[in-house]
Amino acid sequence: MIAPPAAPSPPPEALPPAAVERTTRLIRQHRGRADALIEVLHQVQELYGYLPAGALAQVARELKLPLSRVHGVASFYHLFRLEAPTAHRCAVCLGTACFVKGGGELAERIERRLGLRMDDAAGNGTWALEHVSCLGACGQAPVLVVDGQLEPRLPMDDPAALDARLAALGLTAAADPDPSGAS
Amino acid sequence: MAATPQLQLRCCAASGCRSAGSEALQAALLAARDQLGGAADAVTIKPVGCLRLCGRGPLVAVDRSGGDGQEPSAGSTELYAELTPEQAPALLAAATGLGEGPAAAQRLDPAHPFFALQKPVVLEGCGVVNPESIDDALAHGSYAQLKRVLLECSPEQVRDQVKRSGLRGRGGAGYPTGLKWDTVALQPPGPRYVVCNADEGDPGAFMDRSVLESDPHRLIEGMAIAAYAVGAEQGYVYVRAEYPLAIERLRLALRQARGKGLLGGGIAGSSFNLRLEVRVGAGAYVCGEETALLASIQGQRGTPRPRPPYPAQKGLWDAPTLINNVETLASIPVILREGGDWYASIGTEGSKGTKVFALSGAVANTGLVEVPMGTSLRTVVQTIGGGVPGAEGPDGGVKAVQTGGPSGGCIPAHLLDTPVDYESLKALGSMMGSGGLVVMGETTAMPEVARHFMRFSVNESCGKCVPCRAGTVQLLQLLDRFVERRATLADLERLEELCTMVGATSLCGLGQAAPNPVLSTLRYFRQEYQAACRDPDQCEPLDACLLQEVTR
Repeated sequence: MIAPPAAPSPPPEALPPAAVERTTRLIRQHRGRADALIEVLHQVQELYGYLPAGALAQVARELKLPLSRVHGVASFYHLFRLEAPTAHRCAVCLGTACFVKGGGELAERIERRLGLRMDDAAGNGTWALEHVSCLGACGQAPVLVVDGQLEPRLPMDDPAALDARLAALGLTAAADPDPSGAS
Repeated sequence: MAATPQLQLRCCAASGCRSAGSEALQAALLAARDQLGGAADAVTIKPVGCLRLCGRGPLVAVDRSGGDGQEPSAGSTELYAELTPEQAPALLAAATGLGEGPAAAQRLDPAHPFFALQKPVVLEGCGVVNPESIDDALAHGSYAQLKRVLLECSPEQVRDQVKRSGLRGRGGAGYPTGLKWDTVALQPPGPRYVVCNADEGDPGAFMDRSVLESDPHRLIEGMAIAAYAVGAEQGYVYVRAEYPLAIERLRLALRQARGKGLLGGGIAGSSFNLRLEVRVGAGAYVCGEETALLASIQGQRGTPRPRPPYPAQKGLWDAPTLINNVETLASIPVILREGGDWYASIGTEGSKGTKVFALSGAVANTGLVEVPMGTSLRTVVQTIGGGVPGAEGPDGGVKAVQTGGPSGGCIPAHLLDTPVDYESLKALGSMMGSGGLVVMGETTAMPEVARHFMRFSVNESCGKCVPCRAGTVQLLQLLDRFVERRATLADLERLEELCTMVGATSLCGLGQAAPNPVLSTLRYFRQEYQAACRDPDQCEPLDACLLQEVTR
C-alpha cells in the first residue's frame, strides 16, 4: 500500500549534530555503497532508537538514493521503527511452539494488565507490546522479551505465579487501572 | 603431564540454555574450580554449542578421560540438566569424586533414546567445539577438507562428490544440491556469488540458529568449498536480525578465519580467493524466498520476482549465484571427508543423509534432533520426544504434528508411522520444510492452528502480488468465522475454493504455500470445521465424515 505523504511536512526535527556526524561517518565506512542501505539503517536506528525523518533524508542524500527508495525500505521491514519507541518495550512470541503453549493467552493477559493493544507502537505511553514470530527459543516456550531480556517458560497454568512473574518484570498496570476502559 | 584423570566440563552456551541462565552457571563453575586448589589443573571448563535437550537447560556435560584431555569416549560422559549456579560446587565435587552431586533427577541418561537414536553428522561438532575459538575448531578437524580440496581436487571433482552424496537442499524444497552447483558452475565465464540463506523464519524452527551458534566454522568451511566448486570469489551469509548471538559468533568466526588465512586472498597457499560478508535481515519472513533474499542483500525491499531466470543464472547483480541453506552447506565438509557414497548410504532411496529437526510444542523432550532420513515420525515424536507430557495411549496423547511451518501442514496421529523424507511428507499435504516439528496435544483446536498460520502469512505477505496480499486476508476472515463458530457450510466451500486459487496463482512460495495449513487441517480434521458451523444441522453428520476419513 502506498502510504500518504506525511502532511506538508513540518520543519524536520533538529537532530543532535553528533548523531548527524556519526551517521556521515558510518555511511563512509560502507564506502557509500547503495547495497549497504539496510546495514546503514540498522546502525542509524541504534543511534536514535528509531529512524527519524531527518535521518532518513540524510541517509538518502549521502547514499545518493531517492528518498522514496530509502523510505520504501525502512517501511518494508518489521524491525525498522519510524516513530520514537516508548520507554519500555515488551515482545511476546507467537511462534508455533509458544502458540501451542499459550502464547496467545499470554499476550491477552499483558494487554489487559498494561491497558494497551498489541502492535500499537504508542502503547500506554510507557510500555508498548509487540508480537514476534519465533525467537528460536522454542524449547523454553512460551517466551517473552522484556526490554531486550528473554524471559523463558512463563507459567501459563498457574495464574498467580504468572502474575507474580509479570509484576517482577516491571509489567505493572498503567496509571488508569480500569481494565474495562482499555480502548 | 601426570596420569591424573582429566575432567572436562562442557557448558552449553547456545541461546536456549543462555536464556535459562547458562552464563551465570559457567561463571559459578569457574569460581568453584578456583576453590579446588591444586586439583583445579585437571579440570577444563569450556563453553560449547547446543547439547540438544534445550527444554531442560542449562545443560552441562562432564567428560572423564585418563589421558591428557583427548577425545573422551562416549561411555565416560555424564550429562546434567537444569543446573543452578548454587549447584556448581556440588557438580564439581561429584565430578572430582569428592562429594555428592546434584539431585539424581538432574542427571540425564545418555542411553535414553533422545540421545541414543540421534546420528550427528551436521551436528557432529555441535556441543563439542568451542564456537568462539578457531583453534578448538581446527583441533576438531575444521578446514581440513577445504585445504585438502584446494590442493588436491578440481572443482569438478568436488561437485562430483556432492552429486554422489545425493544431498538435497535442506531449506525445504529439496532441490538436488549437486545439480544446483553444476548449473552455477557451467554458466558463461564471469563473476559468481555464493550465498548462505540463514534467514530461518519458520516459527518453530531453530536448527540453523543452533549450527551458527554452535559450530560456525563448519558453515564457513562448507561455504568456501561451495565457492571453490562453482568458481565464486565473493559470498554473503544472510542472517535474520532476530538471532543476535548467531550473528555475533559468525562475525567473530569470519574474523578468525581471515586471521588464519582461511579466507581472503590465496587461501591455504592456493590461488583461490574468497571474501565472505554477513548481511543482517530486518525482520521480513519473505526474505527466506531466494529472489527476495537477493533483493534484500542488495539493500532493497525484500520482494520476490518471477523465475526464470533462476538465481543460478541471474542472481546478485545479475551474476550467477548459488544459494544454499545453512544445514546444506554445513553438510559439505563431512561429505568430502567421508565421501559422497558414505553419505548416500544413510537415509532412504530418494532422501539421503540425515536431517536436523527442532522438536518443540506439547512434547516431553524439546530440543535439537538429528536422525537419518526415513526415520518415522513416531520414533521422533514418541520415542525420542517422549510424547505429550502426562498423556497416555497408543499415540502418546499426540493429536497432530506440524511440519514445514506456515508452508507445511498438520499430520494426524494415525499417520505417525510415516517415514520422514521429502516425498512422504509431501504426499500427506505437508512438507519437510526447514525442520521445525511442533507437536500438538488433544487440547489444540485445528481451525485455530490454521488461523494462527494464516495470521502469520497476512503479516508477512510482501504485498507484491494480489492473490497473496488480498487472498490471505480473505482467508483469515473466513477462518475467523470458524474459530468464532459463526461459519456456514457455504463458508467451508468458499474456504476451499480460495485456498486453491491463492495456491495456484501467487507469485512466490510464501503465497503458494500459505493455504497448506488450512488444506491439511481440512483434510484430516474436517469434522472440527463442520462442528464450528453456525447451524450444525446443515453439516454432514459427524459419523459420516469420520467414516469418510477412514475410507479415504
